Amino acid sequence: MLLWIILIPAIASALIGLCKFPGRPTAIASATLSLLLSLAAICCPAGASSEPSMLQFTLDLPLSRVMLLLTALVTFAAALGLRAPSPEAARSWAISMLLISCGAAGAFMSDSIIAFYGFHELALIPTFIMIGLYGRGDRRSIAWTATIYLGAASMILLAGIVLLCHQMGTYSFSEMKLAVAAGTMPSSPVLIGGLLLLGFGTLVSLFPFHSWAAPAYASAPTPVAMLHAGVLKKFGLYGLFTIAYIFGDSCTELFMPWNKWLLLCLLGNVLWVGYVTINKNRLDTMLGNSSVMHMGFLFLGFAAYINFSAVNELAFVGAAILMLAHGLSIALLFLLCGQIESQTKTLELDSMGGLGSKLPKLGFLFGLAGFASIGLPLLANFPGELSIFLSCFQGAEMGASSCSACPFSWLGCLFGGVGPLQIAAICSMWGLVIGAIYMLRAYRRIFMGEVQKASSRATTLSCLDISSAIILAAALLLFGLCPWIISNLIAG
Amino acid sequence: MTANLPWLFLLLPLSIAAINWFFFSKKPGMAAALSTVSALSTLALCIGMLMGCCPTESVSYNWLPMFNGISLNVGILADDMALRMMLVVTSIGSLVHIFSLGYMKGDTSNLSRYFAGLSIFMFSMSCIVLSSNLAMTFIGWEMVGLSSYLLIGHWFNKDSAAEAAKKAFITNRVGDFGFLIGIVLVVSAFGTLEFAEMSGRAAGIAPAILTTTIICLFCGAVGKSAQFPLHVWLPDAMEGPTPVSALIHAATMVAAGVYMLVRLQVSMGAEAFTPTACQVISIIGAITALLAALMATQQDDIKRVLAYSTLSQLGYMVMAVGLMAGEAAMFHLYTHAWFKALLFLGAGAIIVACHHEQDIWKMGNLKKRMPITVSCFCIGTLALIAMPGFAGFFSKESILMAAWDKSPFCFWIGASVAALTTFYMLRVCIIAFLGKERGHGAEHAKDVSPSMLIPLILLSIMAVISGYGIVANQLVPFNGFEAGGFHIGVPFYAGTAALILGAIAAFAIYGFGGKQKDPLAGNCISKALRNRLYIDAFYDKVLIGGIQYVISEVIDFIDGFLIRGIIVQGFAYGVSSFGKLLCWMQGSSLRAYGIVMALGAIIVIFIMAFTF
Repeated sequence: MLLWIILIPAIASALIGLCKFPGRPTAIASATLSLLLSLAAICCPAGASSEPSMLQFTLDLPLSRVMLLLTALVTFAAALGLRAPSPEAARSWAISMLLISCGAAGAFMSDSIIAFYGFHELALIPTFIMIGLYGRGDRRSIAWTATIYLGAASMILLAGIVLLCHQMGTYSFSEMKLAVAAGTMPSSPVLIGGLLLLGFGTLVSLFPFHSWAAPAYASAPTPVAMLHAGVLKKFGLYGLFTIAYIFGDSCTELFMPWNKWLLLCLLGNVLWVGYVTINKNRLDTMLGNSSVMHMGFLFLGFAAYINFSAVNELAFVGAAILMLAHGLSIALLFLLCGQIESQTKTLELDSMGGLGSKLPKLGFLFGLAGFASIGLPLLANFPGELSIFLSCFQGAEMGASSCSACPFSWLGCLFGGVGPLQIAAICSMWGLVIGAIYMLRAYRRIFMGEVQKASSRATTLSCLDISSAIILAAALLLFGLCPWIISNLIAG
Repeated sequence: MTANLPWLFLLLPLSIAAINWFFFSKKPGMAAALSTVSALSTLALCIGMLMGCCPTESVSYNWLPMFNGISLNVGILADDMALRMMLVVTSIGSLVHIFSLGYMKGDTSNLSRYFAGLSIFMFSMSCIVLSSNLAMTFIGWEMVGLSSYLLIGHWFNKDSAAEAAKKAFITNRVGDFGFLIGIVLVVSAFGTLEFAEMSGRAAGIAPAILTTTIICLFCGAVGKSAQFPLHVWLPDAMEGPTPVSALIHAATMVAAGVYMLVRLQVSMGAEAFTPTACQVISIIGAITALLAALMATQQDDIKRVLAYSTLSQLGYMVMAVGLMAGEAAMFHLYTHAWFKALLFLGAGAIIVACHHEQDIWKMGNLKKRMPITVSCFCIGTLALIAMPGFAGFFSKESILMAAWDKSPFCFWIGASVAALTTFYMLRVCIIAFLGKERGHGAEHAKDVSPSMLIPLILLSIMAVISGYGIVANQLVPFNGFEAGGFHIGVPFYAGTAALILGAIAAFAIYGFGGKQKDPLAGNCISKALRNRLYIDAFYDKVLIGGIQYVISEVIDFIDGFLIRGIIVQGFAYGVSSFGKLLCWMQGSSLRAYGIVMALGAIIVIFIMAFTF
């Protein structure tokens, strides 16, 4: 069954490409099928597992189900909301969209580490091509930057992965877990940890390796932006968390030497890129940057996970929820951004205004997505962010007298237990304020105030457009009200 | 089933809000009816629980369960304090719903959205009041922020309303930044978020940490209860419909900060509130009370006067919390809720009657035009200025007594604020109700429809009787509240003197309504007070337009030019240039070979000559 989840989009894209099937309907059919299959696979796990092979698919890894759910949901919404300038473009958009989703699903379900890597590379290719062919603005240069940047990151990552697998003597996640349980450790853990962090980190646009991300998202066609920012970018985090999970308590040996660098970089994501985002006056660039900014919170979750000697379950669950929630909310925002552009023919925030009274439903959905992304309770991002922040502090033993390891001695001596992680967590909470500033400012400029010329062009949205957005919005609400669904998915 | 009855306080308004929003967006009548019925049923439920007819136990749920470490729970803590607070919230909420039916009649905006917003507010406020742990408090905390945003921005096509809504949310977020730090510090210091498990744990924690934790949590209250320096959003929030101002920005939501602090005092125990933390809290409260009262003396918009008066009274409450007089703070919160809701709804009725005129200098002689509304408003005024016999007198007296015992500084500020309060409230009454009509609106004004009058009359009754011990002992939201009775002493003399002084000043300056413009206006002090002591201008120009703008401009420039331009693209350029160089070296040009060979020969000779 798992194989079919990957084969269906591949077959559908072949049909569109070779047999000239129409783009949107085929994509919708394929996405519906994969969604149903994925839901079935997530709800009733198949216990039978055979000998590990190169293409062994499994949902036993803790994050697989969550990420598969995310992939299926976002693909489905992107297919419904597919809106290409011409039938020819619709075909290639649909093909690339299906290939990305096929690659992402494959990566999230692979037990073999090499297949995990290969599927991600497969999914990256259509991204570059689509930006180069159909992007906005200076698309060729943006596409090249992203290609080279991500290509280099993948090389570094490959080196790390190969080194890891070689030293552990296995190429599969499940066997590696057994090897760790038996006490095997790689002989050069620090190097491997560094390569993995650098490689995965660049793929997730960790500061200062983030320059490719915002322009690429801003330029990419809507479905590609949705799938890449929403789904594919989670690949790096998925990899980091899965490897850390496999190593359990001893993951500190791999990653802790890089802890301070990681903390500095993630603060760069939250604060530095946050202020960059405040300064953006185009909706697409703003959303691209905000997506980069929110990766900082996820890296904070990773830092919290590796920072405590005991397994920090709260950080893991929080990060899983936030990965899902961020994927849903940013995909919804990019989807609505595309609809706003098709209605008003502009994305400059200054020339819009009052769109809320012309298109109240769009205003509601955008508001919901925006508030979700800035962490409003009852929407999915909030439980994720709150758990990540709490996880940085639980068991931190405030008031312990030692302040030796703390670089910020003036604060450290006051509190004792406050270490770099806690300081980074407190600083990144300011990101919640930054998020509110740029998101509410954008909302006010697009939807509130008097109706401007660009907004007066708006007519109506089609039923499919609205329903594609409603799916994502409903998922955000559902997981926001009942986050325990996700923690159950992780527990298996 | 009955074990979960208190959950109705949360689920009923939330589901009604969703139904109104999604299904009745085109049927405002249905939406209004549903929301009102939901508010009234929560009121009935609350009364039932207070009388002991309904069970108050409930199950708490694992919202995000964990195998090890802290789980996020949602649970209900329905003690006397919470239930009595719920009584204030649901009864004023119900009255405001009823009042809105009249007030919003004929409004062309989407009324379903308005009533859905009110229901979201009822949900989130109940979430704060009934929460059994800090995480759930934070959920309600953010959600009241959302409802406030939605309702202030109800007329979102108006630029001023859109700006005010945004300002309210972002200012509150700044406070919540501190609140969230406080919450994570509580997790690491106390090891729990549940109120029920906190007691007694403070003793083992270092005072420096306790102080920081309490001050961080207090930041949340500074935002939500609009204390200095985050008070700037509340006056602007008056852009929302007046019933909203009465419910959210006067009676209940802005008091949530005080409620939260008293809840912490009760559950953590008094020893958690270290002297330093208490000093910070009481001084911030006193400063807010004084500054807001000063600014209120020179406002011309009737709603703005009331907004500044709310700030000032909240300052009193926060000061009382800082003086460790949580009982007095909750007493004042409770009386203030009644009479301030009365004043706001009265102002709303006046505004409707004067055809949406809010400037008191365009009113006048309303005592003749709309006698019932005006007498209700005057009862509210008497309660606010602490006239003996009215509700405000008892609660203000208890705060002044606490201040007299603990801190002379707070006491004298409290007493002078009392004089200022009398002055600015009598100013409004004299100008708006006495004298001659100064505008068209006032000439055609007449008493409003019953759906607006009945809430006013009911609230007037509460504004009189709620302070007496026989009522207060049953209803003040504090576990085991006992009205202290008042003693003839310095606080009483000071309060009465303040009242008389303020009244004399008001009548001396404004006479009996004959003035056409403010005799105090025109000088630099009045100008400064009208411009809110330039605090808002400072934030706009220096913090937002200056520092934040420069930071984001500079960072954006460096990000684009240095990181993206020079480093990333420069690296790419370097690599491709190096590639070109290699190409050139092994291209088919004979000259290139010659140059490379010559260079190599020179290097070889150089090395051989100098190393051997």
